Amino acid sequence: MSVGAARGLASSGQKPIAEILHPLSAAEEPLSPGPDVSVTGSASVGGEKEAGLTNGTPVETSSPASASSLFNRLQLDDDLEADARDPYAASETRDLFVTVDDPKKHVSTMETYITYRVSTKTTRIEFDLPEYCVRRRYQDFDWLRIKLEDSQPTHLIPPLPEKFVMKGVVDRFSEEFVETRMKALDKFLKRVADHPVLSFNTHLNAFLSAKDLNKRQGLALLSKVGESVKHVAGGYKLRARPAEFCAMGEYLDTFSQKLGTIDRIAQRILKEQSEHLTELREYGAVYSSWAAVEDELRRPLEGVAGCVTTCCGAVEELSDSMSQDFLPVLREYVLYIESMKNVLRKRDQSQAEYEGRLEAAILRKQEDRAPIPLEVEKCQDKVECFNADLKADWERWQSNKRQDFKQLLTGMADKNISYYEKSQAAWESLITLLQDKQTEDKTSETN
Amino acid sequence: MRKRCASSADSDNSSSQVMMADSASSDEVAVIGNTDLTSSESENNLINTMVERGTALLNKMEINVAEAEKRTGKNTVNMQETYTVYLIETRPAETVQEGGTPAIPDTLWRRYSEFELLRMYLLVTYPYIIIPPLPEKRAEFVWHKLSADNLDPDFVERRRVGLENFLLRVASHHVLSNDKIFFNFLTEEKGWREAVFETGFQDKADPRLKSLSAMFRVKNPDKRFIALKHYGDELNTIISQLLRVRARVADRLYGVYKVHGNYGRVFSEWSAIEKEMGDGLQSAGHHMDTYAASIDDILEEEEHYADQLKEYYFYTDAVRSVCRKHELIQYELEMVAQDFANKKQQKEELATGTVRVFSLKGMTSKLFGQESQEQREIRLAALEQSICEGEELVKLKNTECQEFVRTAWEDIERFKEQKDRDLREALISYAIMQISMCKKGIQVWSNAKECFNKM
Repeated sequence: MSVGAARGLASSGQKPIAEILHPLSAAEEPLSPGPDVSVTGSASVGGEKEAGLTNGTPVETSSPASASSLFNRLQLDDDLEADARDPYAASETRDLFVTVDDPKKHVSTMETYITYRVSTKTTRIEFDLPEYCVRRRYQDFDWLRIKLEDSQPTHLIPPLPEKFVMKGVVDRFSEEFVETRMKALDKFLKRVADHPVLSFNTHLNAFLSAKDLNKRQGLALLSKVGESVKHVAGGYKLRARPAEFCAMGEYLDTFSQKLGTIDRIAQRILKEQSEHLTELREYGAVYSSWAAVEDELRRPLEGVAGCVTTCCGAVEELSDSMSQDFLPVLREYVLYIESMKNVLRKRDQSQAEYEGRLEAAILRKQEDRAPIPLEVEKCQDKVECFNADLKADWERWQSNKRQDFKQLLTGMADKNISYYEKSQAAWESLITLLQDKQTEDKTSETN
Repeated sequence: MRKRCASSADSDNSSSQVMMADSASSDEVAVIGNTDLTSSESENNLINTMVERGTALLNKMEINVAEAEKRTGKNTVNMQETYTVYLIETRPAETVQEGGTPAIPDTLWRRYSEFELLRMYLLVTYPYIIIPPLPEKRAEFVWHKLSADNLDPDFVERRRVGLENFLLRVASHHVLSNDKIFFNFLTEEKGWREAVFETGFQDKADPRLKSLSAMFRVKNPDKRFIALKHYGDELNTIISQLLRVRARVADRLYGVYKVHGNYGRVFSEWSAIEKEMGDGLQSAGHHMDTYAASIDDILEEEEHYADQLKEYYFYTDAVRSVCRKHELIQYELEMVAQDFANKKQQKEELATGTVRVFSLKGMTSKLFGQESQEQREIRLAALEQSICEGEELVKLKNTECQEFVRTAWEDIERFKEQKDRDLREALISYAIMQISMCKKGIQVWSNAKECFNKM
């Protein structure tokens, strides 16, 4: 497993696996005529990839217990990402913009379903037009994801929202459900479009631009690739999984556990809040009925009732935004972790295949001194390529995750602050009302 | 349920307006009543009134319930029991006003049961006064975290505050504060119990059955008292409902805060596997812990508001008790008047010799023959005498009843004013509490946000 081998693979490695346009080849494209933005855009994508790879190589040669070096790499990559996050920098590197919105319900005799509008704006030359607007349904997204997974097995494919919903529990056509799903689909597509490799996938291109999606296209070839990976997997135990991938697996296990806990806590809080809201509403109503039997105290008590009602509104708003904005992100990451674990598993299989063949070759070599066949070397290339891709994706994912959770948690804090601010304003105005009445009384007394 | 509530509220609305119209007219009476109050007082309670009267005791004396202490002793059936005693401190107000070192207060210990006895005595002796209520004997309307144990320190502390409040309310009442038994309660530790029983107040206590029968038989009830009684019932229902719902709201709020505490733990655990996010998560977790812990103090403070409401919840009983006393007096007056009317009719019958209705007397006279002229004369004279007495009695009862209505209404007016003022203040302090809770919330979440931002 030499450095030279890894380098050699980086430029050519992917083609045998899937005959799909690689970002590195895209980086060579600037020769062809195209808008200026496209040139700088794809060049920088290529550059990033390069950086990822050169970062990747030393790790493999270093000692297996290099969790710290993994973190160092993350640190380095984060700096890169920090630049990308800068709005000006981002506008230079990004050249594919997608949005999912405007859900529409279709009712036919056969079935009822929802379609979403998928709008694309791009300067990439792979697209014939700078703008597209198509309607897609969930099935189509699902098709795209399967295609991506099959054609790009070494990459982390972002998750789709769950396909199945419990019948009766969730109304598939309710505005709330459709809205949440639309947001999740939008997130999925944006993540794919922002990915330096996935965004060049031909299936994505078809998904975004084709008037009618021909789902049969290229099916036979790709399913074969999937099988070849599955084929070798059976029961082989890895000799030594590199430490960094072990660390990834461990990280994912713990993270998914914590995420599950956070999800449960958030749900429990929502439940408590909704019960609190029920009681609070009744509480306000009692003040109203009390106001009705009083004379002097009528206005103050009505004021309290009104104030409690305002607080009810604030609690409701808080709960709504938490269930609509907070929980879906947690769900997405639970699914994301699954995708990530899946990729890790595939990587292990790939390594297993290589090790299996190498072992067989070594045995044969001892017998008849034959050179290590080309086939085994190819296998090794495949593993190296897999490792490189996975590491790049991992770093990207980590940085996205950090960004997403930062946003999510500050959002939670903001919503709570706004809830308290609204309540506080209500109580403060009540005090003015109560004290005004008192001074009013005093002046009337002196008169 | 809600509909019914609204309609009853409506009806009460009109009745309270009637009541207010009445009270407006009697407002002037109350002012005049104040001046000649001492005369009626000296008539009724000459023995029990202190020499100085007309001003509240609180002007001359500082009173507080300084502390509570747990004691164990043997009760009457020689059973071991644990109870709480409260230390009452009194000191003359003047010495403090002069400045310098305040005088060493006189102190004595009283049990809750002695407070109860004092209140029972006041209730019987001053039927026309809305006697301030005692704090609850057992914790009511509690939410789950609050202990219902009588010896729980928090409960004892809240009761101490309540008992002090009771003493201050009595001591600031212009009639009650001048009561000798009350004064002795504050100053004489020994022999007070015996002194109370010597007043024979128990004989004056109206049997419950009697007052119950009066409730249904009064023919000409005073509309003002009916309205007041109705208001008392209404207020009782509403405040108890409010207290119950408030306890549930407190329960739920407690839940919301405490569940947030779990974030504290999970953030801290999660931070262990994160590099850059770790520090931010860890410290945000601490803020979540703070948030969860803050609810304890918030609800503890809110319990004070609940106590203020509870006082008025118990006040409704005192209000209704005055109404009941009025019914009783009214009933007695009506009975005497009825008796008087009967006798007059008898006399008329005897004088004219006619028997309008078939009666036992008519039967006997028919069976045993007409009574002699002489006998008739004697009977007539006796009847005359009893009619005279009856007339006196009716007059007496009438003035007694009028006096009761006058003094009671005066105290009711005072009570209404006190209630409106107290509750408005309670609402203000409740609003202030809510604001401070909101501020705390904003503070904690802002701190947490800062940590999240560092991630």
